[in-house]
Amino acid sequence: MEPILKEIYQGIIDAEQDIVREKVQQALNMEMEAGKILNEAMVPAMTEVGRLFEEGEYFVPEMLVCARAMQAGMSVLKPVMVEQNLQSVGRVVAGTVKGDLHDIGKNLVCMMLEGAAFEIYDLGSDVSPDAFVDKVKNSDANVVVMSALLTTTMPNMKNTIEALKAAGLRDKVKVMVGGAPLTQKYADDIGADGYAPDASRAVALAKRLVGA
Amino acid sequence: MNTEGFLDRVSSGQVLVADGATGTNLQQRGLAAGKPGEVWVFEHPEEVKRLHSDFIAAGADIILTCTFGGTSIRLAQEGLGERTVELNRRAVELAHEAVQGTHVLVAGSLGPVGQMLKPLGTLEEKDCYQAYAEQVVALDAGGVDFLLIETQFDLVEASLAVEAARDLSTLPLVCSFSYDRGTRTMMGVRPSKMAQSISDLGVDMLGINCGRSLQDNLEALKELKEGTDLPIWFKPNAGLPTVDEKGQAVYDVTPDDMGALVVDWIAAGASVVGGCCGSTPEHIRQIAQAVKR
Repeated sequence: MEPILKEIYQGIIDAEQDIVREKVQQALNMEMEAGKILNEAMVPAMTEVGRLFEEGEYFVPEMLVCARAMQAGMSVLKPVMVEQNLQSVGRVVAGTVKGDLHDIGKNLVCMMLEGAAFEIYDLGSDVSPDAFVDKVKNSDANVVVMSALLTTTMPNMKNTIEALKAAGLRDKVKVMVGGAPLTQKYADDIGADGYAPDASRAVALAKRLVGA
Repeated sequence: MNTEGFLDRVSSGQVLVADGATGTNLQQRGLAAGKPGEVWVFEHPEEVKRLHSDFIAAGADIILTCTFGGTSIRLAQEGLGERTVELNRRAVELAHEAVQGTHVLVAGSLGPVGQMLKPLGTLEEKDCYQAYAEQVVALDAGGVDFLLIETQFDLVEASLAVEAARDLSTLPLVCSFSYDRGTRTMMGVRPSKMAQSISDLGVDMLGINCGRSLQDNLEALKELKEGTDLPIWFKPNAGLPTVDEKGQAVYDVTPDDMGALVVDWIAAGASVVGGCCGSTPEHIRQIAQAVKR
């Protein structure tokens, strides 16, 4: 990895917002491609953060501050990417399901997907099945991402999938689910297309589902 | 009130049985997915009371008020923020009606406020303290036998809750954490660290409730026991759920599975045993029978 990319990568893992912002700008000044900075430094860094979380080295506070460092870098990178009109690989409607206000995991997934060149329609938390359906209907989305932290709100994932079916939109989108109480089996049982246990694996899953 | 009873009974070496889950059981009885159980305190009080009665019939020595999400911060999300005190008082009344004529104790349940404190989130410490303070006063005035601050994961939030309880009530106090990353909370807190930090604030009992698997819960219990001389409250969840054809969460851990583990929980140092998410009255019956064996 080139030294400047290594510094960006390490900056995200160490949650150094200012360093990441500065180094991303520096890399752009060196006429490095935005896509390269993203894919060779920033996305791998968040994947590493995800791995550290999975291994019990990092917990939610570390994830959050690392994500903020990633965001700081994205704030510099995004205008350039928009200007260069980098093709999005997929369009994602994301939300935490109805009754559930926990949005940390969902926000991380959105940010990682955005970093992986997906376009995101983030509906926030406490999103009703109808709101998911509306957005899918009125956009060119091809992926739906649902999150739930509570065992008591998980059933609204199934309700949302049913609502998509009822609206004739189920075939238009791939549905992915995640959240602390979720399992692959649960995802299979409710008829989702995929489940990911963490944000980095959510990106890999989304790419696979859209064939990117 | 049976206030004297609680700590005396525990310190005499008696193992007490606490109830099972509130939310997942009310859901099985028709509570809509995503609705907190607290809304049924007003909408279906008879069902809340019936669940209490079912746990008592199953052998519970302690029932928890249906006030887990009873801080104004959480209730505001249901449009009930203004009725926080009324809801907590009503929930205590329902518990009292259910225990009438028995020696069953009523624990006033206080769960997390559901928002992250600054700097990770946006919640101010003083607002968090205030929310717990209001609920502590309402539960205390309602006449619960002791206070239970439960399902905590963040040392700062739990400390604010404990401080509010200590500042405004003389009731016995239990503080229980949820180790949903195995033997760490989602914020990375270990049982040993929790024992050290929370004991210093002056609680009467430390605890573990909910988490990941029964095995992880037991590991957390062992670590907590090494870190404290206080009695231990232990209410593990019935594993993680899968889903049935109706879309309802179902828990694979059977009442017999849980009952069979009670001997290990007591051996590992639990003074109060019960169940969290997924634990039905039948689970509690098996736990109670194992305790009495």
